[in-house]
Amino acid sequence: MVASVTSFGRSGVYDWLIQRVSAVIVGLYVLILLGYLLGHPDLGYEEWRDFITSGSMRIASTLALLATLAHAWIGLWVITTDYLSNSFVRFSCQSACGVAAAIYLVWGAQILWGL
Amino acid sequence: MQVSIYRYNPETDSEPYMQDYHVNTGGKDLMILDVLALIKEQDEAVSYRRSCREGVCGSDGLNINGKNGLACITPISEAMGKRDSKLVIRPLPGLPVVRDLVVDMGQFYTQYRKIKPYLINDTPPPAIERLQSPEEREKLDGLYECILCACCSTACPSFWWNPDKFIGPAGLLQSYRFLADSRDEGVSERLSDLDDPFSLFRCHGIQNCISVCPKGLNPTRAIGHIRNMLLQRAT
Ligand code: SF4
Ligand code: SF4
Ligand code: FES
Repeated sequence: MVASVTSFGRSGVYDWLIQRVSAVIVGLYVLILLGYLLGHPDLGYEEWRDFITSGSMRIASTLALLATLAHAWIGLWVITTDYLSNSFVRFSCQSACGVAAAIYLVWGAQILWGL
Repeated sequence: MQVSIYRYNPETDSEPYMQDYHVNTGGKDLMILDVLALIKEQDEAVSYRRSCREGVCGSDGLNINGKNGLACITPISEAMGKRDSKLVIRPLPGLPVVRDLVVDMGQFYTQYRKIKPYLINDTPPPAIERLQSPEEREKLDGLYECILCACCSTACPSFWWNPDKFIGPAGLLQSYRFLADSRDEGVSERLSDLDDPFSLFRCHGIQNCISVCPKGLNPTRAIGHIRNMLLQRAT
């Protein structure tokens, strides 16, 4: 057992599952958006706004945002632990990723629920 | 033919270099190990490991024209790609070089030790032996044949980056060899040891391990089996 406190779920199985589930969520979200855009070729601002601010789309967008952040965290964590061997550099990068993720989370929530 | 050998003697060289030799193979399709023997006749300082010279002991794993393999069972014709004009022999990648083609296998064995490569069974053994049915025995095929040559682990990028944390394909194949053994009682202990983000999950399915294994084994499949066992246990 190799200990690591900076990984997303601290367990290999958990990270692996989250990585898969989040990929499916983001994939479905992209499909929904694509489907909508293809189904509405002459889309105007009002219509798009109504669609994106509808209750179910807000939930879907929030889910997709959370899934993207988790997915990115796990992926970037793997990359930093593969390629950055200096622990100070590695931890700095991981911290920067963490702060960026927190900013995106709050910012995304503001955009999604503040409209 | 022209042969280029990786040379490094830590006592006299400040850094490794490639040295060229001209070898007369007499037109025969020799094994790479025979070519090395001919070079050693010219220059007895050239160092490499070998023992059985028939693909059984696993001591002469080398990087031959960019691909890991056992020198004793790799013929020149197989080692030379269409565009290769000479033979280039280097030590297995990723492990510290002791001298020339000899690497320090310490990290590889440390990972192997971690998977507890022995039967865990606290039940007192019967008078003669612990029996297995032919079907149970069959589950070990494709696993027990591993000769620990390290060709696979030293071809695995995940092992290059984290040789101290990732068990590597050879160790994981052996881990599954014991997980699949009907006489072993250590399943949950073994799985718990692997349930972190590095030991097993650093495998990204790159499959270099399969393409180099001189015994034709499939570590990626074994890793997949262990992952499924871990998932089943956790969900
Ligand atoms: S799995 Fe194959 S390549 Fe890897 S150590 Fe065993 S025999 Fe060698
Ligand atoms: S499949 Fe896994 S163990 Fe095999 S080379 Fe790729 S990352 Fe390494
Ligand atoms: S010398 Fe034993 S495997 Fe090649």
